[in-house]
Amino acid sequence: MDPTIFGFLLSDGLISGALYALVALSLVLVFAVTRVILIPMGEWVMYAPLTQAGFLEGRLPATVGLSALLLLVWAVLDRRRGRAPWLLAGWAVGVGLLGMAGVRWPSLAGPIAFLVVLPLGPASFRLFFEPLPQGSVLLYLILAVGLHFVYKGLGLAFFGPDQFRLPALWPGELGVLGLPVPGQGVLLVAAALLAMAGLFLFFTTLYGKALRAAAVNRLGARISGISVREAGRVAFLLATAVGAAAGLLAAPLTNASYDMGFLLGLKGFVAAILGGLVSYPLAVVGGGLVGLLEAFSSFYASAYKEAIVFTLLLPVLAWRSLSALTLEEEE
Amino acid sequence: MRRAGLLGLVLLAALPWLVPPFYQTLLVFTAIAALVAAGLYLLTGLAGLTSFGQAAFMGVAGYTSALLALRYGVDPWLGLLAGLAVTGLFALVLGLLTVRLKGHYLPLATIAWQVALFIVMGSWVGLTGGRTGLADLPPVRVLGRALTDPRSYFYLAWGLALLYAGLLHRLVHSRHGRMIRALRGDAVAAASFGARPPDLKLWTFVLAALGAGAAGWLYVHFIRFVNPSPFSLEASIFYLIMAVVGGVQSLPGVFLGAALLTGLEQWLKDLLPLVFGKTGNYEIIAYGLILVGILLLAPKGLWPWIEARLPRARPPRPEGPGLSPRAASLADPLLEVRGLTKSFGGLLAVNRLSFEVRRGEILGLIGPNGAGKSTTFNLLAGVLRPDAGSVRFAGREIAGRYPFETVRLGLVRTFQHPHLFPEMTVLENAMLGTFPRTRAPLLASLFWLDRAEERRAAAEAYRALEAVGLAELAFEKAGRLALGQQRQLELARALAADPLLLLLDEPAAGLRAGEKRALAELIQGLRERGITVLLVDHDMELVMHLVDRVVVMHYGEKLAEGSPAEVQRNPAVVEAYLGGVA
Amino acid sequence: MLRVRGLAVRYGSAVAVEGVDLEVHPGEVVTLIGPNGAGKTSTLLALTGLARASGELCYLGRPLDGLEPEERVARGIVLVHERRLLFGEMPVEDNLLLGAFSRYKRGERGLGEDLERVYRLFPRLAERRRQPAATLSGGEQQMLAIGRALMSRPKLLLLDEPSLGLAPLVVQEIFGILRRLKAAGTTLLLVEQNAKAALSLADRGYLLEAGRVVLSGDAAELARDPQVVEHYLGLHPEERP
Repeated sequence: MDPTIFGFLLSDGLISGALYALVALSLVLVFAVTRVILIPMGEWVMYAPLTQAGFLEGRLPATVGLSALLLLVWAVLDRRRGRAPWLLAGWAVGVGLLGMAGVRWPSLAGPIAFLVVLPLGPASFRLFFEPLPQGSVLLYLILAVGLHFVYKGLGLAFFGPDQFRLPALWPGELGVLGLPVPGQGVLLVAAALLAMAGLFLFFTTLYGKALRAAAVNRLGARISGISVREAGRVAFLLATAVGAAAGLLAAPLTNASYDMGFLLGLKGFVAAILGGLVSYPLAVVGGGLVGLLEAFSSFYASAYKEAIVFTLLLPVLAWRSLSALTLEEEE
Repeated sequence: MRRAGLLGLVLLAALPWLVPPFYQTLLVFTAIAALVAAGLYLLTGLAGLTSFGQAAFMGVAGYTSALLALRYGVDPWLGLLAGLAVTGLFALVLGLLTVRLKGHYLPLATIAWQVALFIVMGSWVGLTGGRTGLADLPPVRVLGRALTDPRSYFYLAWGLALLYAGLLHRLVHSRHGRMIRALRGDAVAAASFGARPPDLKLWTFVLAALGAGAAGWLYVHFIRFVNPSPFSLEASIFYLIMAVVGGVQSLPGVFLGAALLTGLEQWLKDLLPLVFGKTGNYEIIAYGLILVGILLLAPKGLWPWIEARLPRARPPRPEGPGLSPRAASLADPLLEVRGLTKSFGGLLAVNRLSFEVRRGEILGLIGPNGAGKSTTFNLLAGVLRPDAGSVRFAGREIAGRYPFETVRLGLVRTFQHPHLFPEMTVLENAMLGTFPRTRAPLLASLFWLDRAEERRAAAEAYRALEAVGLAELAFEKAGRLALGQQRQLELARALAADPLLLLLDEPAAGLRAGEKRALAELIQGLRERGITVLLVDHDMELVMHLVDRVVVMHYGEKLAEGSPAEVQRNPAVVEAYLGGVA
Repeated sequence: MLRVRGLAVRYGSAVAVEGVDLEVHPGEVVTLIGPNGAGKTSTLLALTGLARASGELCYLGRPLDGLEPEERVARGIVLVHERRLLFGEMPVEDNLLLGAFSRYKRGERGLGEDLERVYRLFPRLAERRRQPAATLSGGEQQMLAIGRALMSRPKLLLLDEPSLGLAPLVVQEIFGILRRLKAAGTTLLLVEQNAKAALSLADRGYLLEAGRVVLSGDAAELARDPQVVEHYLGLHPEERP
């Protein structure tokens, strides 16, 4: 392998690694607070650029209606909670107005798509996970799979089976050590690092610690005045923000279609597990590792690309599992 | 109950004559799905190991039989044996790699090899025919008759599914089955009654894979064609969903889930296009929504929801002879601790501790919090390994031995926070104690060769329940017991192990005065039966009235030793532990 | 400050508490004693909103119905749970700060002062402020649980079995702290298996059996009641001085 190809594979791997890292960050965030392995995150990542594509084509994407609808159902469920239903209804109306603005001003399609997709996370948490506060990880996982089916089916119904190509935010290329690196890729890597640092810092604030506390000891959090429900909603909101941003930034490089989410989510999940599902920096490292593995194995044996990634995972998993800290003693 | 089962079987046998061929086919697929889901019942529902790789095992067996038939003209029945053998081998190797993984690493590992195997099936065109697959597989023949129509295949498929379910049912209600169920809740407790958690997990893993292998074989010889698509990750997830929706912790549950979702999928495929006028878009949405809806209504699955509404028969009281008692040890002192030392990251928790427990006595181990009592307890029980020192029990060195070894020698413990298994009955919990005293190997249980021993073990456990006064509740779920009763059950389970030395970890914590009195009488009674007791507790009144001698620990060392009266007068003890007005 | 009328708690078909009336006045220490399963803990859980309850719960002149546990914490009803429920993998100091989370959310700052106050009360916690809570000894964990509750500046502090599983000397220490809290005017509602210690600390007490109040009154009088003496004050009545 000559250095040029090596460099090319390296940059390619790091860029797709950044995408996996962002998905991994959002999965770690959700899991650390709610014990939900959020399979439908992959769909939401795709919804953002697909919604943007809808705006660019001058039509109102159905995700606007979906977001507003979920918020309204949420408002009805919380109808007895003071001002909450009115705020939620207002949010739903806001999403509708944003949708119209997106059609009117296509130059703002990206940010508006981001805001349209954002409520899907917390609303899904409220509708589908909050009613089962005592669920096991397995139950949540199967619930998440069910939601994955729903959102994937909706994705096909909303956007059709086509792939969409989206305009780059930074169309140019950057020369790094004589190698052309797409500017959009640089943005993606920067976003991954930024999200990692942001989440890391967020969890050093008392608010962030409260979110973690809600996961460490549910009941203990409640008697300390921490609302576990609120913690879950906030985690889902932040995670959806990270995921939607990742989708918008990556789509100009990878295209977007309704059925790309699952494999993306799976690889993000792999990256997250490599980080032990707890650490943000390690999740980013995991993302990079998966991206690089994939890039280099596709060079050697492209038919077996994924097979190689997932097989090489086994020894890594064994090593991670052995080095994971466990307390075998009681208490 | 038995009559209802028989009636159900007759109905099932009549079913293919009552429904059109399309539904006969669906019923075959239901049996195939049920085989996979039943494996998940054992693996996920009981042992707590979530697998996303069952469809890959189907593929391994299916391809093995298909290739043998097409290339070498091997009969499908031999193909089944070969397929199961290869599947078992795969499961053994993958299991060795994966079942030791902790937490979320295990399900991810199953995803990893599921995806890898699936890609190999699709990409190794020379062997598997790639995505186009291999066609014209021979049919399965029974007594010279080819099973080519769904009606005759129905009996083959359901015969295998029910056979597998029957074997699993036997296993679950055997000594190993109880341990497998215990593992999920609490591997430490399971190990303290003689189980080797990694071995048991590996066995459940292989058994579950064999069920999936049989299903894969049924599948390929039914449609007489094989390609990778039914063996994908999505298919594996689908089987897991079936099991969870039906109720992954019961056999009827996984069968119900298999039938329901196999039917639902077809039904949605037929119905929704009629409603919406186009195909392919809406069934997955409806499917997902129905799945989410079921789980929101019945989070443990549908079967537990139904079962709670069915009448329950009370099993007969176990009778007959118990297990033969352990040979008494003449060693005195029974337990000899010399120079026991353990530190955690520089902090000396136990420092050169020496004491002995004499045969037939009750020895109390007391001391302030953080004095090292719990660490000492765990060192003796084999949960922790000492850094230095020796522990001789009944004349044998046991320092650093695992709990499943020491329990066989008659060193039995209880837990401070009762480690019971709430989903199991009180009797089954007590029977866990008999594990180290029984021998039937796992295979014997599968084929019902362990009945005599099982009966004796049940009688033994029932007697232990009578001894602690819990016999009335023998068939209740342990989850319904109050704290005081849970401690009684802990004691019964320990008694069922026929201990020479009983280690009691704070048995009185959380009990009220009356319950403590009863507990004290119970422990007195144990001594009269010749059981030696080492008691760790804070409750001074309990300890001082009950024990023959006391060892007081402080900062990991022995502060004092002697009769209760001597120790209570010891100024160092008063200073460090008892305080002015205990 | 707290008036309870006809409190009932049911778990499925099992009745844990049935028709309990009780009152707590500001600055008072009230104790609930009784056997295991009498409904003491269920009563506390009902007050905090962690157990579904029916009956009239009136706190500072307003009903508590429909308030989530975390909203009740914000109003000053704070529980020290019998299982302590610490955030085991987090440092002592974070555990304490999280106790003040409801105040932090209201925008209150200067939690450092409260932290210093708790550290003055429990110097052992100050020594271990960076250590994960799970590594503390049982007594220290109990102190941390009480300290965490104090961080929210409770108006009514509910304590469930604070002496559970602790060595005699540590029990004395914990009761010493409770005495100091009482002297500082904190209102306490104490559930305790150690009836002797509880009645010596409390102003008033209620004896619960099978989910009902069977006896109530002045703590010193309760401690002399033959029924209480027989069942709740010790293992071997004949040997008591």
